[in-house]
Amino acid sequence: MKKHAAKAASGTIRLAWRDALRLGLREALLRDERVFLMGEDVGRYGGTYAVSKGLLEEFGEARIRDTPLSESAFVGAGIGAALNGMRPIVEIMTVNFSLLALDQIMNNAATLRHMSGGQLNIPLVIRMTTGGGRQLAAQHSHSLEGWYAHIPGLRILAPATHEDARGMLWSALEDPDPVLIFEHALLLGMEGEIGAEFRAVDIDHAALRREGRDVSLITYGGMLHKCLQAAERLAESGISADVLDLRTLRPLDDSAIVASVSKTRRAVIVDEGWRSGSLAAEIMARIVEQVFYELDAPPARVCSREVPVPYAKHLEDAAVPQVEDIVATVHQVLA
Amino acid sequence: MATPDCKPSSACPEFAHAADARALLWQMVRIRRFEEKCAELYSAGKIRGFLHLYVGEEAIAAGAVPELRAGDAILATYREHGHALARGVDAGAIMAEMYGKQEGCSRGRGGSMHLFDSTRRFFGGNAIVAGALPLAVGFALADRMRGRDAVTACFFGEGAMAEGEFHEAANLAALWKLPVLFLCENNLYAMGTALTRSQAQTDLAARARIYRMCGGSVDGMDVLAVRHAMREAVAHVRAGNGPAFLEFRTYRFRAHSMFDPELYRERGEVERWKEHCPIERFQGRAIAAGVLDEGELGRIESEVAAEIAAAVAFAEAGTWEPVEDLERDIYARAPGMAPADHPLESRS
Ligand SMILES: Cc1ncc(C[n+]2csc(CCOP(=O)(O)OP(=O)(O)O)c2C)c(N)n1
Repeated sequence: MKKHAAKAASGTIRLAWRDALRLGLREALLRDERVFLMGEDVGRYGGTYAVSKGLLEEFGEARIRDTPLSESAFVGAGIGAALNGMRPIVEIMTVNFSLLALDQIMNNAATLRHMSGGQLNIPLVIRMTTGGGRQLAAQHSHSLEGWYAHIPGLRILAPATHEDARGMLWSALEDPDPVLIFEHALLLGMEGEIGAEFRAVDIDHAALRREGRDVSLITYGGMLHKCLQAAERLAESGISADVLDLRTLRPLDDSAIVASVSKTRRAVIVDEGWRSGSLAAEIMARIVEQVFYELDAPPARVCSREVPVPYAKHLEDAAVPQVEDIVATVHQVLA
Repeated sequence: MATPDCKPSSACPEFAHAADARALLWQMVRIRRFEEKCAELYSAGKIRGFLHLYVGEEAIAAGAVPELRAGDAILATYREHGHALARGVDAGAIMAEMYGKQEGCSRGRGGSMHLFDSTRRFFGGNAIVAGALPLAVGFALADRMRGRDAVTACFFGEGAMAEGEFHEAANLAALWKLPVLFLCENNLYAMGTALTRSQAQTDLAARARIYRMCGGSVDGMDVLAVRHAMREAVAHVRAGNGPAFLEFRTYRFRAHSMFDPELYRERGEVERWKEHCPIERFQGRAIAAGVLDEGELGRIESEVAAEIAAAVAFAEAGTWEPVEDLERDIYARAPGMAPADHPLESRS
């Protein structure tokens, strides 16, 4: 552990987000011999994003399994192994490639328990990166977690803080159901501090990351940090924002959304997915259903523009939500 | 099995003894009569949805499934009544499932295509062509990692061999030398599409050999040949030699499902195949060999008729799952019930 993390103030560790993910992986592998990691280039290569670097050397090839380029087969194998007593962690390089395994995720992982009358459960974790912002163009930059959040039978997590990056994996492994964890690729290098003690984290509730009175910024994953920056800027003009980190995209923590919006009476939902038929649309619908009469203004959304995310920097920046877009939308809502 | 050209290593034996012959015949007759009853109940409106019958293919489930141990896992397709019956899933629970009753083996949530019985390690009943193949690889991987000597048997139609999931699963199982039996029931048609019209290489065992899998082609209308090939394949796989592939050459005597007008094949072709009926063929051989007689055949028929009548009565008497339970079992842990933040106990 020390290899990857420098000791900071007593009781805390300063580290990069990817190292927090690695601490979570390592802890899980140490704690439960049924846990193993499989995916493309998780072993020899050290993980596409260096998240699993060093784990092959420590845990060996049986538990850190490099797979062929067969998303459907190794995700399906993860489901089978989970049904047969293991606690697999399957890594898919990015959400874009998970579409080749969508059949397994949707038609098997999400359905088998209910369809078998409750005889089966699938304690499987699938991790994948998501999101744009690295000039990788339209086949590597999409945010499709909202699609997965549509599916009953799955639990969808999106860690944004370092504590969640480390702790959510263990909580997901303790869950008896299939859990998908979406790790925003732009967060991987972000430095931060966490408590030295390894903690499993609550995966049922959203968390208020900043308290305010005037507007609720409701978000998750990579967009949390843009919302926090936006809140900082808004504070300079005397606007105080609640920043709600959803953390779990399915099932949504309605009570936290309702509590925040009931207090501020204004909601801006910030989601890197596209606007139409999105998670943002779902959250907005729930706000309208549950706190309509308490609103002082129509809820608003900041989403990605409805285009395949382009390569050129200025175009990509224009396509995915930026801090300025959030700030501008809040001003409109307050106008 | 272990020969380099993957040909069966010994000739197929005849019946061991009368009881053995009786058990094989009983299972095939049981499946046939069960399927015929299903067709009747479908016409009567008791069974709805898609119904895929196994008539003509009984020798495969009857010959292959008993070669597995209780600890082995089975995965199959939507055409799986025969496999479930051969595995010992209760006929009443299967029938009740098709009625949609909560006494059904999947509480009425799956129907004909999704029979499950985890106590018998019967893991469905998958209606996505080739969808169960990756799962089978995972079952076998878990057994390997846990040091168990169980094998996983996965049944699928030849249509599945055109799917990418077949190739991905075959490659992975062979690469990791996992104890999987890939059991292909080649009935020559995927719905209305003939094998020759859809796959460039119709020698299916050759396709498996590409992945360095042992295996071969077997007369799937001959229950003894099925059993013999399966016995060798199971031994090969259980011994840790990696996966095996068997093609069972067979034919479905009835339509693909109850909605199929059968425009794609000639009546005469079906009639010619019926001359190879696995049940009649086996009966003839057993009688000629003197291990079964007409009286015994009659007794089998009446035993089977009684069992099926009881299964239908069980299904008729079954109850509907209350609608309030509709959302039960989506999650094993209900949303909102995950533990709160907690430090982990120190590792010992
Ligand atoms: C992925 C997928 N594509 C199409 C279908 C529709 N379908 C159901 S059965 C079937 C034919 C499959 O043929 P085969 O695998 O040979 O099995 P058989 O029905 O002959 O036993 C098709 C195309 C499906 N269920 N799943």
